[in-house]
Amino acid sequence: MSGDTIKKFLFVNRKAPYGTVYALESLEVVLITAAFDQDVSLAFLDDGVYQLKKGQNTKGIEMKNFSLTYRALEGYDIEKLFVEKEAMEARGLTKEDLLVDVTVLDRQAMGQLMDDQDVILSF
Amino acid sequence: MLHIINKSPFVSSTLETCLEVATGGSVLLIEDAVYGAVAGTILEKKVSAAQTKLKLHVLGPDLEARGMSGALIPGVEKIDYAGFVDLVSRHKTCQSWL
Amino acid sequence: MKLGIVINEGPYQHQASDSAYLFCKAALAKGHEIFRVFFYHDGVNNATRLTEPPQDDRNVVARWSALAQEHGIDLVVCVAAALRRGIKEENLAPGFRISGLGQLVEAGIQADRLVTFGD
Repeated sequence: MSGDTIKKFLFVNRKAPYGTVYALESLEVVLITAAFDQDVSLAFLDDGVYQLKKGQNTKGIEMKNFSLTYRALEGYDIEKLFVEKEAMEARGLTKEDLLVDVTVLDRQAMGQLMDDQDVILSF
Repeated sequence: MLHIINKSPFVSSTLETCLEVATGGSVLLIEDAVYGAVAGTILEKKVSAAQTKLKLHVLGPDLEARGMSGALIPGVEKIDYAGFVDLVSRHKTCQSWL
Repeated sequence: MKLGIVINEGPYQHQASDSAYLFCKAALAKGHEIFRVFFYHDGVNNATRLTEPPQDDRNVVARWSALAQEHGIDLVVCVAAALRRGIKEENLAPGFRISGLGQLVEAGIQADRLVTFGD
């Protein structure tokens, strides 16, 4: 397979869930990347922060509620979740509104996080 | 890092977020994002100001396809697909802001 | 340089596949290697051989097949995304193959640069 190479992968999520499929299919890549023993981080910017909103109930739209998967990420050793401070504040959200524990970064710190990566995937 | 933007700045906040988040390196505007490189728009001041930390590029074929081959914001460099490849090659990583 | 390419949108609806194709052609002309093109999300629709665009339009699917044949490029379609959208072995265009998401991660690991085209 890919030998011992470990790269830093950052998944940048900027889209709201359900309206389009990107958030769900992005999570699938995240899990596979962790299975390849890569160094995985997730960043949530702009509408991407809505992916982490507590209390999602998809019964009425007959789609799979995949928000619970974010809670399961820890079990795959994916613990580096970063949320853009400005995006959260602009949307009237606080850390308490989110269903997982995250590190909040302002835009400048987010830019530095990106600079530190080997591969950036954005869906 | 090379930041690639493909959304019109008049319908999406993508360019704005990118210009604020990016610490340095280059930005390339492609597809509908090329409208952000054009001189004389309401966005010119903001885009132009980002040039203190970022080098801005725009994909020529996408500008021409849209009839926008007139004046660009001063400092923005027009490139072709070969130039796009060189930009990717010159930067250690690239990020498409989808 | 070894390049990995990701395409997230289908043909005709969005420019992503066109941009990616022209980028690949320019990269090959400069002597770079396209390690793999990975089709994900609606991008899997680039792989159907059932497509029949009007005569005066470009044939996006056939163009990828031709590029793959000419340069030995590995065109990989995500299996889960493909099955969701009715892309199967039986309607796969020449040069494409169906495989897992691991192929995308591997491209990220092996290639010098990974360039994504999407919406």
